Amino acid sequence: MNKLQNFSKGLISENPVLVLILGTCPTLATSTNVESALGMGAAATIVLFCSNIVISALRKVIPDKVRIPCFIVLIAGFVTMVQMLVKAYAPDLDASLGIYLPLIVVNCIILGRAEMFAQKNTVIDSAIDALGMGAGFTLTLAAMASIREIFGNGTWMGISIPVLSDNHVSILTMAPGGFFVFGLLIAIVNKFSKSKPKKKDFGCAGCPSAGVCGGCAVKEGSDD
Amino acid sequence: MTKLIIILLSAVFINNYVLNRFLGICPFLGVSKKLDSATGMSLAVIFVMLIATAVTWPIQMYLLEPNNLGYLQTIVFILVIAALVQLVEIVLKKYVPALHKGLGVYLPLITTNCAVLGVTILNIDEGYTFLEAMVNSLGSGLGFFLAMVMFSGVRSKLEGADIPKSFKGLPITLIAASITSLSFMGFGGVIENLFA
Repeated sequence: MNKLQNFSKGLISENPVLVLILGTCPTLATSTNVESALGMGAAATIVLFCSNIVISALRKVIPDKVRIPCFIVLIAGFVTMVQMLVKAYAPDLDASLGIYLPLIVVNCIILGRAEMFAQKNTVIDSAIDALGMGAGFTLTLAAMASIREIFGNGTWMGISIPVLSDNHVSILTMAPGGFFVFGLLIAIVNKFSKSKPKKKDFGCAGCPSAGVCGGCAVKEGSDD
Repeated sequence: MTKLIIILLSAVFINNYVLNRFLGICPFLGVSKKLDSATGMSLAVIFVMLIATAVTWPIQMYLLEPNNLGYLQTIVFILVIAALVQLVEIVLKKYVPALHKGLGVYLPLITTNCAVLGVTILNIDEGYTFLEAMVNSLGSGLGFFLAMVMFSGVRSKLEGADIPKSFKGLPITLIAASITSLSFMGFGGVIENLFA
């Protein structure tokens, strides 16, 4: 796989939000307006970039058995740094992201990429992977936030849109609208993706970070 | 006392973790297919939320804040929760095997569940006292339980429904979640007026 493919897979074929279905919580919560969506995307991308580089640099040092706790500590460290930077330089963003900023620690995109990619690949490849995944995450968030902001609030990035600002559907910016728009987007992706999406339903079996959380395989098996 | 009841009821109905705050979506969508696994998962979440709050609240108040280490909150909390879950699992396995059998498989899943880390951080952010924090955690856990159980009923109906091909699986589940969440919006304002 060349470097360009490595980058672009995060945008389309392995889009973390719409295809891999990772990081649903921040996607739903911070896509109420475009600005906070971009902020969330940027914060997660920075954390992902740093953690992927460090984890792949240390991949021969970290013993296999304690890798998950090591990853979590590294990720939590980077999240704390980003949190402090945002608090200092973008207090408005800090207020609008609120609890979701520290919760980047448990965002499965970051732990998932560490487990699936960074611990098996070189530093350069991991960095490119992180940028691709981060860009995919940010763009999807921004697209979803645009839909919710334009139709739900009649504005885009704070700019008022003529007809829609008088006739907005405010439910779209509230919780139910988040689920609804996300559902529609995934249905659209399913409709147009050429490689018929694997039959996998949402659940631990289809979750790429199943290895991370352990136990899943056991439980899914016992369900059937 | 009234304040505690208000905290409990608003955590269950109004600020429902899953349907309003979008925390813990992964288990909500992943484990809600069957009623018994939904119940097991939710009980484990309530249990872990309570012990996580019981441990992290004193750590924040008596260890981090007096020493000006508030910025270590995220790292310390996630580590404490991860270690705690492992410890509880070992203890349960040894001394209460019956309970371990019921909750055991779900415990490791909860370590990286954003609802648990979320509730511990929110308890600090809201400035709750220890008792209020515990009540809030209980309410949040119960709210999770309610959403999971209700939604597993909705999903069992969805299984047999005839829906367009591209909506099969996750999309229709999300749209059903949207309607469930809409019904919860009806609780808005009820609790405040109940005690006014």
